[in-house]
Amino acid sequence: MEQTKKVVSVYRELLQEYLRSKDEKVLYQAEQFSRQSIQDGVKPEEIIDAHYQTMSEIIPDMDPRLKDSFKFLIETMIYYGVAYGMFNDIKEQQYSLRNEIDVAAKMQNTLLKTEVPNSEVLDIGAISLPARQMSGDYYHFVEDTENNIGVAVADVSGKGIPAAFVMSMIKYAMESYPDNRTYPEIILELLNRVVERNVEPGMFVSMFYGLYDVNQHKFYYATAGHEPGFIYRHRTKTFEEIRGKGLLLGVKSDSKYEQFELDVEPNDIIFLLTDGVTECKAAGRFIEQDEVLDVLHNYIQEPSNELVENAYKHFERLQDFQLRDDFTLVAIRRKGEK
Amino acid sequence: MNLHIDDHKNGDSSILKLSGEIDAYTAPRLKEHLLNLIEENKEVQVDMQQVNYMDSTGLGVFISALKTSKEVDKTFKLINLQDNVYRLFNITGLNEVIDIENTVRGGM
Repeated sequence: MEQTKKVVSVYRELLQEYLRSKDEKVLYQAEQFSRQSIQDGVKPEEIIDAHYQTMSEIIPDMDPRLKDSFKFLIETMIYYGVAYGMFNDIKEQQYSLRNEIDVAAKMQNTLLKTEVPNSEVLDIGAISLPARQMSGDYYHFVEDTENNIGVAVADVSGKGIPAAFVMSMIKYAMESYPDNRTYPEIILELLNRVVERNVEPGMFVSMFYGLYDVNQHKFYYATAGHEPGFIYRHRTKTFEEIRGKGLLLGVKSDSKYEQFELDVEPNDIIFLLTDGVTECKAAGRFIEQDEVLDVLHNYIQEPSNELVENAYKHFERLQDFQLRDDFTLVAIRRKGEK
Repeated sequence: MNLHIDDHKNGDSSILKLSGEIDAYTAPRLKEHLLNLIEENKEVQVDMQQVNYMDSTGLGVFISALKTSKEVDKTFKLINLQDNVYRLFNITGLNEVIDIENTVRGGM
């Protein structure tokens, strides 16, 4: 009430002053008054009411139609004020949500950070980009005490914050395993238990896990329902599918995983990927597996980090720079003999 | 992008006929419908003959259905899958744990 009285009296003075002098200075003061009113939480209809009251005093025999028009305007402004307030609240909420998501995305980057190993015998490149702010894709490398390289590529169902949480859980589970040689079949069996116990039904993770033996040049791997990878054979200049079979993580508590192995020759390249690569859509249709391999083949001579980068750029162009799904591609080349 | 869901009784079992695409937009409705049917019927068959596209959200629905059917001790199976849809069940290993009958040629 106090405030309303104050508003009315300040506004009345300004209006009277303006009517008398038509001075632009008063307009400036009116601007100041508006700002102050917003800070004080004065509603738009209160200012119009102040205007109406002042005018009624100046022109006591105001045309009744004009009087009614003011009443009508005041009613209208009440609704306007309410709607405008709600709109501002939503804007504010949206702003703070966006901030939270930014923080979460930054946290994901920090939590899930993994270094691509620098190996004497392997040239490794990896790229992983989210379709939206938070990714459900993930790759991870570990190097054991004998310099063997472990590699995981995974895709969590769904996207956004829930997927990022599950990813962090998996990463920390993996990091808790011993540093000496741990085989893919064991890793997947252990991870499956972690995932199965801790995710809601219907959520799942596909993962490919490989262990590269740097002395024997054998690649041991197992898959938990993950998209098959490829190995490029330098000798024949052809790709072979890295076949495997195993159930997704998180579906059954006692899943066992079959382990397979490949012999790797100099300059052979192992490609691991997620379905963001193979389900890439160009001009409204899914591209065929052969097309994916053609793209990889185009860049096959390049160092692994450039190879994955250029392949990514190619697929990004195909989709008009709009990733539909998270995109992850890892290339592991056995260096040529010197 | 639409999914038509239609169910009818056949004795003790219920047949859920789907046609269209199963993706992030259509999956929530399918999940609710399917889980209810599993609770209420001894056996539920999902006829997928008219489903020409499914993504990983669809897999999530059927994983939920599998888990629910085990909890409440009911039978749930998929029938008449198109090749490209079956491929997903094959890659993910789900064809070993979900009862799948008949696949039909088709897809993109």
